[in-house]
Amino acid sequence: MMRFLLLFSRQGRLRLQKWFTPMTEREKKKIIRDMTTLVLARQPRSCNFIQWKDLKIIYKRYASLYFCLGVENQENELLALEVIHRYVELLDKYFGNVCELDIIFNFEKAYFILDEFLMGGEIQETSKQMVNRSIEASDMLQETLEEYMSKPAF
Amino acid sequence: MPAVSKGDGMRGLAVFISDIRNCKSKEAEIKRINKELANIRSKFKGDKALDGYSKKKYVCKLLFIFLLGHDIDFGHMEAVNLLSSNKYTEKQIGYLFISVLVNSNSELIRLINNAIKNDLSSRNPTFMCLALHCIANVGSREMAEAFASEIPRILVAGDTMDSVKQSAALCLLRLYKTSPDLVLMGEWTSRVVHLLNDQHMGVVTAAISLITCLSQKNPDEFKTCVSLAVSRLSRIVSSASTDLQDYTYYFVPAPWLSCKLLRLLQCYPPPEDGAVKGRLVECLETILNKAQEPPKSKKVQHSNAKNAILFEAIALIIHYDSEPNLLVRACNQLGQFLQHRETNLRYLALESMCTLASSEFSHEAVKTHIETVINALKTERDVSVRQRAADLLYAMCDRSNAKQIVAEMLSYLETVLKVAILAEKYAVDYSWYVDTILNLIRIAGDYVSEEVWYRVIQIVINRDDVQGYAAKTVFEALQAPACHENMVKVGGYILGEFGNLIAGDPRSSPLVQFNLLHSKFHLCSVPTRALLLSAYIKFINLFPETKATIQEVLRCDSQIRNSDVELQQRAVEYLKLSSIASTDVLATVLEEMPPFPERESSILAKLKKKKGPGAVSVTEMEDGKREGGELNGGGDRGPDSTPSPSADLLGIRSAAPVSAAPTSAGSLLVDVFSEAGPAASSAAVNDEGFLRFVCKNNGVLFENQLLQIGIKSEYRQNLGRMYLFYGNKTSVQFASFTTTVSCPGELCSQLNVQSKPVEPLVEGGAQIQQVLNIECLTDFSEAPLLNIKFRYGGALQNLTLKLPVTINKFFQPTEMASQDFFQRWKQLSQPQQEAQKIFKANNSMDTEVLKAKLLGLGMALLDNVDPNPENYVCAGVIQTKGQQVGCLLRLEPNAQAQMYRLTLRCSKDSVSRRLCELLAEQF
Repeated sequence: MMRFLLLFSRQGRLRLQKWFTPMTEREKKKIIRDMTTLVLARQPRSCNFIQWKDLKIIYKRYASLYFCLGVENQENELLALEVIHRYVELLDKYFGNVCELDIIFNFEKAYFILDEFLMGGEIQETSKQMVNRSIEASDMLQETLEEYMSKPAF
Repeated sequence: MPAVSKGDGMRGLAVFISDIRNCKSKEAEIKRINKELANIRSKFKGDKALDGYSKKKYVCKLLFIFLLGHDIDFGHMEAVNLLSSNKYTEKQIGYLFISVLVNSNSELIRLINNAIKNDLSSRNPTFMCLALHCIANVGSREMAEAFASEIPRILVAGDTMDSVKQSAALCLLRLYKTSPDLVLMGEWTSRVVHLLNDQHMGVVTAAISLITCLSQKNPDEFKTCVSLAVSRLSRIVSSASTDLQDYTYYFVPAPWLSCKLLRLLQCYPPPEDGAVKGRLVECLETILNKAQEPPKSKKVQHSNAKNAILFEAIALIIHYDSEPNLLVRACNQLGQFLQHRETNLRYLALESMCTLASSEFSHEAVKTHIETVINALKTERDVSVRQRAADLLYAMCDRSNAKQIVAEMLSYLETVLKVAILAEKYAVDYSWYVDTILNLIRIAGDYVSEEVWYRVIQIVINRDDVQGYAAKTVFEALQAPACHENMVKVGGYILGEFGNLIAGDPRSSPLVQFNLLHSKFHLCSVPTRALLLSAYIKFINLFPETKATIQEVLRCDSQIRNSDVELQQRAVEYLKLSSIASTDVLATVLEEMPPFPERESSILAKLKKKKGPGAVSVTEMEDGKREGGELNGGGDRGPDSTPSPSADLLGIRSAAPVSAAPTSAGSLLVDVFSEAGPAASSAAVNDEGFLRFVCKNNGVLFENQLLQIGIKSEYRQNLGRMYLFYGNKTSVQFASFTTTVSCPGELCSQLNVQSKPVEPLVEGGAQIQQVLNIECLTDFSEAPLLNIKFRYGGALQNLTLKLPVTINKFFQPTEMASQDFFQRWKQLSQPQQEAQKIFKANNSMDTEVLKAKLLGLGMALLDNVDPNPENYVCAGVIQTKGQQVGCLLRLEPNAQAQMYRLTLRCSKDSVSRRLCELLAEQF
């Protein structure tokens, strides 16, 4: 199973963190620190896999963002890379040419999309169409524009 | 779809996020966050009941703040309230907050469980999915207790929607992993297995993770899954790439499900039923065949998905270890990957071959690739790939190839030194560094040179925050029955210094520590034993309760009568010291080591000395640090202040080292001498040479029959650099060649001149260079002196020159219009601000020559300012460290009389006078 997914920028700023097993804040901070140092120090054209403690780390850079997935040892590395890619595709489909800013300003959406795709560290749904249909359905459930516009800004 | 204002975009949230992004510093960010926290707190506490939207927005802001790395200690209640909202988005945010931020606050868990229970029974699939996600995310025991019996029912109920089934399967898996005792097998089990037959691929994909996990724990109950899995796999493998519609990923049919099926089969031995087995072998052969087919797409996603299935099939073939034909085919396939241009595939091939090497059927086939693997160990740029190559060499080693492999591994181990350097280079926290080096000693102790363990001790002594950790870690490392002598050295030293930091724990009480160290004593060499004896005497100081035991050890014949003089002397002296010295004296003698003065890493020094091929160059080292620095720049602004990766490893450069006093005294002494030298023979001889350089920077300063001195200089602001070139015009060597630069009198407080010593020998016909760095502290009138001494033949030559460093060198030209010029001219009207001289022309009064000189002076030559076009006016600012001095100049030539009138007005009178003096000699 997957243990965590981290998104961070070239400068090491964390953009998204998803933990699939319970962990203390201390442990999380340590992992975040280790991952950013480990991954950002990698030379270009190195392989995308790193053995780290008892986990396999699979990472890939998309534009300014690094996606870093920690998986258990028996997991398939190449498929883990494609898990990352599929998530990027899902984000891209939803936001349209997704960029780092979309994820910063709509972090909650990034979480919701991830939740439709993965759950408890396993794949829930691999079909892009199915995931998108759920996301659109939940967007439909949201307030109408008028409702939204009548809300105070602060 | 629009990007930023999606769906219910919360404007207040977006504004807050941009505010945070615009914060220029961490302080500003914290200030902004505290302001927001106060605002939210007041809203939550206020009398007015908040509407759902506002609550959602504030909860979302809190979540954002938390994700930035700040602690959040309120808002949980409001988030729980959102769970029971009827509005989907409010509920969704509530669940997200709980998933990310829940703590084991039992009061809240009860409320959360209530909300979950309501949503699970709502029959609204989206609400049910949210609730199931929350259970899976939190996954606590309390939740397992509440829902472990409910979820299987949802999973297998006939009327459950597919999407809910998917969530329920994975939610149950999560609960089973945290609390297997609470998930009871039952009637639902067999129905779960049949989900492998479900029409909906998404349901199969989710369910198979659960089934695999359950099969691992209860293989017998789930063994019917084997034939179901084989037939499902067979259908996928034989399907055309378009059959599975959206479950086809880059022309590969259902790669995730295929891999999961192959993984599930790895929980079981080969199928007993011949038909099932035949079908499976067919599938595996098809997968191997497809690897040889040309790719259907050039995209890396296509080859990744395809190869993922291939690797998983090979893993199954290796797991069965019963089909020689398939094993050899697998091995050949991996052999192809060993030379693939994709690093990822080379890495995975090495990894996979490692398991293949242990099979009797394929061991020989693996061995045929030995040259490729050795080559990988030597040439792969990526250390993780090399590591895999080393693992594989280990796995393929047998009697036939042991000599070759061991030799290759040995040369690989020489990189140990480099490991230590890299660990230090990239160390971001010292506990990591300590861990790494101790690991290195454990794994490759024999290849760890003295420098490596010296360095780890230096670092531990200099960093008090890591001392306790280091003591704990070495104590644990020494527990190993056979540990490397280098580990004993590190252990003895660190426990002797910092054993007290872990002595509170009864498992590492002083006596336990001592016994542990002493158990290694007899196996160690003399130097290590000597080190341990010193550790023992430190123990007596740290822990008086160990005194009797340790004295007994010191007293025994093998110590005080040891044939080794060093050991004997230590035993005798330490025994005496511990018996007669008072505790105060003992404490003073054995005081904790002072921090080491920071110097170059001993390891790096060693590597530099080595300078072998592949040695890390110093620039590379510094590059690494710089890169590390960038990583941190604006990066980690979380609350914990991790040392910047660019920080000096020991971080004590600013703390005064113990040895500071004698060093500075020494340098003071040098200064006294250097002042005395030129002062004695201050008869400066070259005023003429000096004055030639007022308006120019480069040229020959001095020349006689023996020596030529050229200078080149450049100035910026208040700083300058001068290159001196000493040329030996003779064919005989100059010996004891020394140069001294000094600033006489008050000049030493006005001008700072630093020089590097020159080579004492100047060969005949050779030229040597010296660089001076010059800083103008304030305006000055005198010139620094350059004293040169050398032996030519038998005779001592002594020469003192004025260095052409003049105040005008620090001019910055200032352009201004006529009006401004005269306005400022008037402002500088106090009598002492003006200096004026009328003098006879010494040189040609040619306009171009004059202009060139004035430009060389460093001021801006202003056109169209003076009403008389024959006159010249200039403006500039002199930059000194302390202040800026504005200067205006007017030069009025009288061609008939061959005279000039020069006027200077400066904001500082001494500058006016000095410039006037200097310039009067120039025209």
